[in-house]
Amino acid sequence: MSPAGDNPLPRAGSALPRAGRALPWALVTPALGWTLLFFVLPFLAMGFSSLTAHEGGGFTLGNYSQFFANPSYWQAMVNSLQVTAIVTVVSVLLAYPFAWILAEQVPERWQRLALMLAVLPFWTSYVVRSYSWLLVLAQNGVINRALTGSGLINEPLQLANTRLATVTGFVHFFVMLLTLTIFANLKQLSPSYRKAAADLGAGPVRTFLHVILPLTLPGIMVGAFLTFVLCIGDYITPQILGGNNELLMPQLVMMQIGRRGDFPLASALSIILMAVVTVAYLACARWLKIERA
Amino acid sequence: MTSNTRNPLSTLKSNLATACAAAALLIAAGGAQAADLNALIWCDHSDPALLQPFEAANNVKVNVKEFEGTGAGLAIVEQSQPGDWDVMVIDSIDVPRGVEKGLFEPLPEDKLPLADLFPQVKMDKSTVVDGKRYGITEKFGYNTIGFNKTKVDPADMQSLESLTSDKYKGKVAIYDYYLPVIGMAALAIGKKTSDLTEADLPALKDELLKMKANAKLVGEVTASQTALATGEVDILVGGGEWVTAGLAKENPALDFSIPKEGAVLWSQSLAMFKDSKNKDMALKFIQYIMSPEGQARLATSSCYWGMPSNTKAALTDDQKKVLRFDEQPGFLARAQAYPAPSADLDKKMQDMWTEMLQAK
Repeated sequence: MSPAGDNPLPRAGSALPRAGRALPWALVTPALGWTLLFFVLPFLAMGFSSLTAHEGGGFTLGNYSQFFANPSYWQAMVNSLQVTAIVTVVSVLLAYPFAWILAEQVPERWQRLALMLAVLPFWTSYVVRSYSWLLVLAQNGVINRALTGSGLINEPLQLANTRLATVTGFVHFFVMLLTLTIFANLKQLSPSYRKAAADLGAGPVRTFLHVILPLTLPGIMVGAFLTFVLCIGDYITPQILGGNNELLMPQLVMMQIGRRGDFPLASALSIILMAVVTVAYLACARWLKIERA
Repeated sequence: MTSNTRNPLSTLKSNLATACAAAALLIAAGGAQAADLNALIWCDHSDPALLQPFEAANNVKVNVKEFEGTGAGLAIVEQSQPGDWDVMVIDSIDVPRGVEKGLFEPLPEDKLPLADLFPQVKMDKSTVVDGKRYGITEKFGYNTIGFNKTKVDPADMQSLESLTSDKYKGKVAIYDYYLPVIGMAALAIGKKTSDLTEADLPALKDELLKMKANAKLVGEVTASQTALATGEVDILVGGGEWVTAGLAKENPALDFSIPKEGAVLWSQSLAMFKDSKNKDMALKFIQYIMSPEGQARLATSSCYWGMPSNTKAALTDDQKKVLRFDEQPGFLARAQAYPAPSADLDKKMQDMWTEMLQAK
């Protein structure tokens, strides 16, 4: 008689494994449902709308051809890419040393407080923060008053309502985001990497360039990608700080909706913007894949 | 233990009973309000000082949805179910667009104070279609030159030429609404706003680009108003009483002119939806807005001030002074209506405006 008597134990490959196979699907179903409902279906609706004529309906590729035929529309994409590239690079350059100081120079017991202070601006409204920058950069703002008051300049500089103002507003926000991703990456690095590099005769600069920096590249790329995606799709900051002196893609999309009620053209422009973000994602994914290898 | 101690079940029952009673009271109170009135409006109609007297007098809740520009308003209507909306605020010149789409209900002229309106702003060419009135002008004003009289020479503000002169380079903001500013560009090159055709676009574009070259920013209502009020700029192209009047107390240096070339008359109308489920209340709302009291409240709305179209509006002397009420006959004589382009020309004008925005 077997230890189980007349009731044999379930055999491998029958009941339990089947349940085991179903469990992951059960767990992932809410997320899939969410994505289907709030991303896939709206995306398909937008794709359908982008292929519809504004006047009279009917299938058309005209909404896409308008983008390529109209230099002003094309220029909006160029402006968006330029601003996003500048913001991403400047934010990484500022956030890396900031994260490094937090992770390496601030004592462990103060790091939590320091991180909290670093992300404090996140607690304020995005719109309020943008308007605050307008007050700082305005003709009668803090910077111009300080510069004219100290005699460094005679006439106030035009800082507000420029691309510089837009970039400043963006960088202020994204430096915080990048600091968090890079800080998390730096904290995960084992101290033995540094010790091993020192044992092999590498100085601090060489250790940083050949060991620390490559190992923190995934954190940089994740932060940079998030910065790229959030920046290129942002409407508020350029609208408030840029003074409409140049149009970025989100502003162009909003113009089609707000002024013309032209949802098909707005959909086409949005899909083109999404295509650019997809290209950026593929570029980042490739980088990260190389790092993991 | 005392006899006052209650078991948890009794406490729960008692609390539930209280909650049910409170809910019933709330439902009854809610039910006491006859109905809702759904209004598609511009921001000046969302001022509680304007709406509350009407709501209290008629036991109705006015639900408002703000929008900017006729295109956006009509897009909202297209995405709604028939009967969702009762009344709409619309540019007077765009009333025929709503009529063409079969949206509006004719208004009973005998129940509206048409005889009290400034004759020039009745805009019958737009508000009356096939002999039926579909809109009534409720408020008007001018897209012209708004300026800070302590920073610029007021004499210069009597000509549109100063907007493109080097003297004011970098001191100008442009109101970001293509139709009135294109209208001003038309006046600057000696064209009538009503006669604009596609052939005029190159000359208009040149004029707009000259304005842009002088401008520090191109801003929507709040941005352009803030820029003028804070001294970021000294002149607002497209500004007028709608910018300066509301700020008169805080900043009396702000003023507007009607230059020798003229100004662009803006005018907003009220219309009733054909599919409204509450037409009686919709008409009452229109009558209230057009009444002397309603007109005064609308004219001095916290969002923006403007001239009431009813000459009998119950404004105080100070309010009339700020709005330059007594000068209106002269202003109206020199004002021209918004350009009213066809759909095709409108699209070309908007593309031209986009080009202007992108110009360095």
